[in-house]
Amino acid sequence: MMQEGLDDGPDFLSEEDRGPRAVNVDLQTDATLQVDISDALSERDKVKFTVHTKSTLPNFKQNEFSVVRQHEEFIWLHDSFVENEEYAGYIIPPAPPRPDFDASREKLQKLGEGEGSMTKEEFTKMKQELEAEYLAIFKKTVAMHEVFLCRVAAHPVLRKDLNFHVFLEYNQDLSVRGKNKKEKLEDFFKNVVKSADGVLVAGVKDVDDFFEHEKTFLLEYHNRVKEASAKSDRKIRSHKNAADDINRIASTLYTLGTQDSTDLCKFFLKVSELFEKTRKIEARVAADEDLKLADLLKYYLRESQAAKDLLYRRGRALVDYENANKALDKARAKNKDVLQAETTQQVCCQKFEKISESAKQELIDFKTRRVAAFRKNLVELAELELKHAKGNLQLLQSCLGVLKGDT
Amino acid sequence: MSEEREPPPLPGAAQTVFPEPQDAEDLFVSAASAMESPEAACLSAEDISPSSNGPRDDDPDDLFAEATEEVSLDSPERQPILSDGPSPAITPVTPVMISPRVDVFDRSPDQDEDEEENRDTFDIQISVSDPEKVGDGMNAYMVYKVTTKTSLSIFSRDEVCVKRRFSDFLGLYSKLASKYMHMGYIVPPAPEKSIVGMTKVKVGKEDLSSVEFVEKRRSALERYLLRTVKHPALLKDPDVLQFLESSELPRAVSTQALSGAGILRMVNKAADAVNKMTIKMNESDAWFEEKQQQFENLDVQLRKLHASVESLVCHRKELSVNTASFAKSAAMLGNSEDHTALSRALSQLAEVEEKIDQLHQDQSYADFYLISELLGDYVRLITAVKGVFDQRMKAWAKWQDAQVMLQRKREAEAKLQYANKPDKLQQATDEIREWEGKVQQGERDFEQISKNIRREVGRFEKDRVKDFRVVIIKYLESLVHTQQQLIKYWEAFLPEAKAIA
Repeated sequence: MMQEGLDDGPDFLSEEDRGPRAVNVDLQTDATLQVDISDALSERDKVKFTVHTKSTLPNFKQNEFSVVRQHEEFIWLHDSFVENEEYAGYIIPPAPPRPDFDASREKLQKLGEGEGSMTKEEFTKMKQELEAEYLAIFKKTVAMHEVFLCRVAAHPVLRKDLNFHVFLEYNQDLSVRGKNKKEKLEDFFKNVVKSADGVLVAGVKDVDDFFEHEKTFLLEYHNRVKEASAKSDRKIRSHKNAADDINRIASTLYTLGTQDSTDLCKFFLKVSELFEKTRKIEARVAADEDLKLADLLKYYLRESQAAKDLLYRRGRALVDYENANKALDKARAKNKDVLQAETTQQVCCQKFEKISESAKQELIDFKTRRVAAFRKNLVELAELELKHAKGNLQLLQSCLGVLKGDT
Repeated sequence: MSEEREPPPLPGAAQTVFPEPQDAEDLFVSAASAMESPEAACLSAEDISPSSNGPRDDDPDDLFAEATEEVSLDSPERQPILSDGPSPAITPVTPVMISPRVDVFDRSPDQDEDEEENRDTFDIQISVSDPEKVGDGMNAYMVYKVTTKTSLSIFSRDEVCVKRRFSDFLGLYSKLASKYMHMGYIVPPAPEKSIVGMTKVKVGKEDLSSVEFVEKRRSALERYLLRTVKHPALLKDPDVLQFLESSELPRAVSTQALSGAGILRMVNKAADAVNKMTIKMNESDAWFEEKQQQFENLDVQLRKLHASVESLVCHRKELSVNTASFAKSAAMLGNSEDHTALSRALSQLAEVEEKIDQLHQDQSYADFYLISELLGDYVRLITAVKGVFDQRMKAWAKWQDAQVMLQRKREAEAKLQYANKPDKLQQATDEIREWEGKVQQGERDFEQISKNIRREVGRFEKDRVKDFRVVIIKYLESLVHTQQQLIKYWEAFLPEAKAIA
């Protein structure tokens, strides 16, 4: 019942949110193909994204058009890349995470249940808080879906993918149903096999220094990013909790201010007002840290996984190539099925070399992107922290001035 | 406009004594603000002709009758008068009412408490320090050093050091409460016992939580003593003096919960609670009704505030821990990052976060020791205030009971007159006289306690305003410091981030 106000409600994206956001990725926006999410609608169970494309490429019927897509369709697109052998040598842009409003919905529901136990002001305040939180999560999921599309559009090869074009242009439902239980189970086993395989492949020492270094680096980096991401989430949650406490303190101080029979009443009211304002700043600090730091880490957690996957595929191809070599030698020795063995060996060789070549460039690009994204976000984080601290300081000092002058 | 204000010739007024300058700034400005209000005008009329507002004391020497009445109605608080400072802002009439301060130690306690308090508070310093563990195992206890520095003549030396244990403090409170509470004095309550906390200390856990517990207790004991001596009557009490000065103190066994005295206390508390429910007082004095309601409300809000602040302390501690943990993980990430400039920036970020974690920790201590403990103290103090109101109710009930008894005796006498039994009649007449005396005493006691409470509440509110103001300003200053440090840290980091190439 709380959610009715939020469902297919007003347009959540303000003007500043439109346009290519490229939050965690430094992308060149190319005039030949520009993709963004111009609008989004939240319904009970799903989010509907309006994908807007501007292109001068001849493949499209129009220069500018929009379609509506849901999360499952993004996943379908991502999976189609992963399953395409042609793209084995590329870092597949990580799929955006599923929009998750469960926690937020639960909180709103609890608030609704507890409505009787708090004052009207408190209730309205908390409702506004939770709605703002909901909105923040919503904006984030939009950004993450958009980044995925932008990465694809920026990639020299992937942008030409047919499925991608269909995704962008086909204005009917893609009828991509979510995976059913059987398929999910298959996926699960595939992953188990892959990780076992991955260990095997990782054990094979690479002749190529570059890849050997990358392998070591990525394994460690991925784990450390995971750690840092989890820790930053926890830190930000504590920060939000503290801000909530300050909110309650401000309310109680206000009540005290209205009730007190001594001069303290003015005092309390002033301090209550101060805490209301500083609390908002604290909440913004937590939100900005979330956006600039936590999201950055989460994104690179996914990208580093995608890079690991690339290395895995190359490793797999290498093993296949080496096996094909051995098979060829055996065939030559026995003088049996030599031609077949030769063909297989050649195919494996070509596959391996193709992957190696593009993988090298991909990994170099990955580093460039990563450094640029971290730089941008760390600078913005520091600037925002400074802005908020200065704002806070000013509020505190001006209030202190009034309080001290008053006494 | 004259620089010196001429006090009107009030009976018994000797000369004006002005409070310490330290107070001046504080009190003056609020005096100015109070004066601005339109009520200022009507105040003057009130006190020149002491209007009846509850039990009036005809004692001409009691100059505070007016003062308390002023508090009861319109003014937010009464302001002692200052001799220096810009007088033009204040209308000449109003200040006058409180100005006749009498410089006496030998007057009755009622009158001199206020300026004595202003002088004394700055003439006595008490500190509780150096907690030491004595003994072993479950019989172990902490001993604290109590140092008193003072120039007051009631003390035998300028500086005294004694060793006291927790039960000694409880014993002191117990004695003071039994002596003064029934007179309507607000006796500051001692810190609460904590079985869990003490057991940890006894058992010998040297960890952070027991260290914090001892520090928390030490600070609470210090505040308790300071509040106690701030009360002018309590300061002069022989038990207090003995506590502060004598090297040996009889062990206060009766403070133990399961002692005979402890059980008696519990029984009395229960009896009081029952009585409170059954006594229906006819409140003729709106002041008391209003005040009681105000204290009820204050109690509710302070408890709520206390709970929120405790939650904040907890979350800030958590934030500190999580920030430290994040700092470590950021350092690790920086280590594995193979781009040199980014790696360095991440290490710098880790350092910044580590410093911030320390900042959060310090802030949580400020949250706690400044605000949370103050609120806890006041929640307990308000319980004492409510207790004093209850004592007044009891006094009223006693008075009423005496009146009922007197009535009965009179009726009995009347009956005996008809029955014509001369010896019984004499006894009845004697009893009537006895009960007449009791009724008069009951009325006097009731009026006395009412008067005391008015004065006590006035003093209490004044202290409360001061305490809260001082603490909240200190707290805001701590918040300012935190923000300033944050700015420093992030300003140092920004160029590092920009240097990533």
